[in-house]
Amino acid sequence: MSTETDQGYSAAGEVGAVRARRTMSENIWRGLKKAPPTAWFGMIVISLYLFFAIFAGILAPYGEEEVLGAAYLPSWFDADKDFPWDPRFLLGTDQLGRDMLTRLIYGARNTIGIAVATTALSFGIGGTLGVLVTIQRGWFDQLMSRFVDVLMAIPGLIFALMLLSIFGSTVTNLIIIIAVLDATRVFRLSRAVAMNVVVMDYVEAAKLRGEGLFWIMRKEIIPNIMPPLVAEFGLRFCFVFLTISALSFLGVGIQPPTADWGSMVRENATLITYGSATPLFPAGAIALLTVAVNFVVDWFLHKTSGLRDEH
Amino acid sequence: MSTKNQQKHGREKGSVLLEMRDVYIEGYSDDKWHPIINGVDVTLHRGEIMGMIGESGAGKSTLGLAAMGFARPGCKIKSGSIMFDGMDLMAISETERRALHGSRIAYVAQSAAAAFNPAHQLMNQTIESALSHGIMPKTEAEEDAKKLFAALQLPDPDNIGYRYPHQVSGGQLQRAMTAMAMSSRPDLIIFDEPTTALDVTTQVEVLAAMRDIVDQFHTAAIYITHDLAVVAQMADKIKVLRYGNTIEDADTRTMLKEPKEDYTKTLWAVRSLYKEEQANEDVVLRIHDVDASYGGGVKVLEDVTIQVPRGRTVAIVGESGSGKSTTARVITGLLPPMSGEVYFNGQPLPPALKDRSKEQLQRIQMIYQMADTAMNPRHTVRDIIGRPLEFYLGLRGAALDNKIVELLELIELDESFIDRLPGELSGGQKQRICIARALAAEPDVIICDEVTSALDQIVQEGILKLLLRLQEELNITYLFITHDIATVEAISDEIVVMFQGGVVEQGPKTKILNAPFPPYTELLLSSVPQMDPDWLDNLLAARAKKGDVMKASG
Repeated sequence: MSTETDQGYSAAGEVGAVRARRTMSENIWRGLKKAPPTAWFGMIVISLYLFFAIFAGILAPYGEEEVLGAAYLPSWFDADKDFPWDPRFLLGTDQLGRDMLTRLIYGARNTIGIAVATTALSFGIGGTLGVLVTIQRGWFDQLMSRFVDVLMAIPGLIFALMLLSIFGSTVTNLIIIIAVLDATRVFRLSRAVAMNVVVMDYVEAAKLRGEGLFWIMRKEIIPNIMPPLVAEFGLRFCFVFLTISALSFLGVGIQPPTADWGSMVRENATLITYGSATPLFPAGAIALLTVAVNFVVDWFLHKTSGLRDEH
Repeated sequence: MSTKNQQKHGREKGSVLLEMRDVYIEGYSDDKWHPIINGVDVTLHRGEIMGMIGESGAGKSTLGLAAMGFARPGCKIKSGSIMFDGMDLMAISETERRALHGSRIAYVAQSAAAAFNPAHQLMNQTIESALSHGIMPKTEAEEDAKKLFAALQLPDPDNIGYRYPHQVSGGQLQRAMTAMAMSSRPDLIIFDEPTTALDVTTQVEVLAAMRDIVDQFHTAAIYITHDLAVVAQMADKIKVLRYGNTIEDADTRTMLKEPKEDYTKTLWAVRSLYKEEQANEDVVLRIHDVDASYGGGVKVLEDVTIQVPRGRTVAIVGESGSGKSTTARVITGLLPPMSGEVYFNGQPLPPALKDRSKEQLQRIQMIYQMADTAMNPRHTVRDIIGRPLEFYLGLRGAALDNKIVELLELIELDESFIDRLPGELSGGQKQRICIARALAAEPDVIICDEVTSALDQIVQEGILKLLLRLQEELNITYLFITHDIATVEAISDEIVVMFQGGVVEQGPKTKILNAPFPPYTELLLSSVPQMDPDWLDNLLAARAKKGDVMKASG
């Protein structure tokens, strides 16, 4: 107690020096300057991925679905004199003779796009409901929490597989189903963190003022639970990404001929047995993005956790 | 102090135990090192109690910890020497220093509830440091702890150690923590605001117990507090700190009688505020025969009837658990009562918050104890004060801004505060913003729930003066919930004394504060520390004579 009092209150009530106020851009710049190298690495990798995803149409040498040559041409990495490298295809071709590099670039757009949409939707659903039940409590909270418990009790991947086979594997279904399943976790998290905020006097003050449910949620609670939610967003994003890849690998995810890293790994998996590195390119793309996102999330978590480094 | 000839463990009284010379401490924030303590000297003899007072931010706690050779994370002891019983605490290794902590130097923190591990019995925690420093074997330590419990006047000293922290009251826990500090018979104990979180009635017992035990074992102590009356009872000498500098050093009686520095004088003069009581027949708020409970269980309020005259201040006093805050929750509609009504301007208010009209909500506003948690840390002053203006009065744009500035000026702040966040304000400024937020709704009644108890005395006085001025200018009615009798004397017209969920009495200030009293009122009033260093002795003597009319919840 006295720790806070001593440091938080500046002395002498009305004349105490207060912390200088900074604009938002100054704050962001200050934060960036202090970011560790891992966070910088993560941010650079993510920007590169986004760059490729956005400008896929311009950057890719060929069309997404174009069949250009023989199947399974080797990449420069695997080529030897018995099995020469075709300079037209840097990373070789896939099982139908499509250019791997082109597919990889288009894959960024599809895979990341779908992952972002899914994560955003799951946070929209889970976050909103999680905060609402903490304000409302009572039977609404019970009902939602038990329903979420039921959903969480079923193994996620198997449940997703089942639902996708029932409703059909379209991209929309994929996004909605994974988002709903993931929303259960987000619900739990946002409910837990909002619970600590909702008991604050300022929320009570808003209730006493007669504010509506959504106003309280939007203005009083969400701004205060943003840091853990944003951190969780980064992590969830990776998990969604892995789920989609896993589903694509199992054949119910993104359907051909749409390029997507998960299905690219699956389609070329047999090559691994011949010592070819081709399936490792999309797999590596997934791994690198996951690592990059996690670096950034770690940094953000550390920054917002309020831990002060020992000097 | 006394010269009781008790077990001294071979300690001489009077030799120098702790000597701090020219200590500089810095804290790290905003990428810079800021000075916290600027060259303070401390000399403490064995068996002596030094009071350390000052406002928050004066560096009291930091200096107290430095006496252990310890600096909080984010702080560092930059220079100076700290000699403890011939050892230089700055020079010895971390391991050696750790061996001293708990065995020869002990620390008693403000919140005992936070300092005890809820999963272990009191006994294990009390003797932990004695065991881990290998001072005595377990059975002996337990026997010793029981003696300490008895010396601290804990009920059932033989068995209380086998309870868990949640099974004893706050005052008992604070005393158990003193026992924990004493268990290894340290040479020095640092008390950091040990009674600030307690009720006045409990505080008296804890103070007496602490002083006794320190005296018995010839332990030296540093007593950190912002309550002058408390320090007057405890300390042999007093050090006044401000902004990390020593303002004045003197022994207690000299300091109380003739403070030298102007700053010390202002500290002493704070409790001089007094409001002439006025009556008013026009009742704005009436609570009639209210019974209330949380979740339908035990009644926390029973037959509570309170009348609040318009434009006056009614103070509700009582110790914690007496139902003061619950009464406020019933009035605001947060806790619908089981039976009874709340009348506002003669009309009954709907019991539940959600059934009340915007107009009814607007008329009764609330100010909270902790200004920190009463304001959203992500909202600027503009948002905080502006919202009720927008919500109730429908102000927008320039009109809204003008009104916000007008309110800021009313609470003696200026336009420059409008874009600040609560974290960029001092404690007193925060509470002022909360007052402005309540005023923005143009209410008839403001409920003030312990609004000054988290503040320093000088800041307190400023806030109370402001509240009085606003009452005069705007004819606002206050329902003032507090346990601090000095505050009550300063601002109330009428007083309601509550005890265990019921109203003991209600009446004009002069009647309640003057004899004859009902027993509880007397206990409550007599427990308020006075600035007289003999107050505690006299009180204890008087109570012993009368054989305790009514034992406090201790």
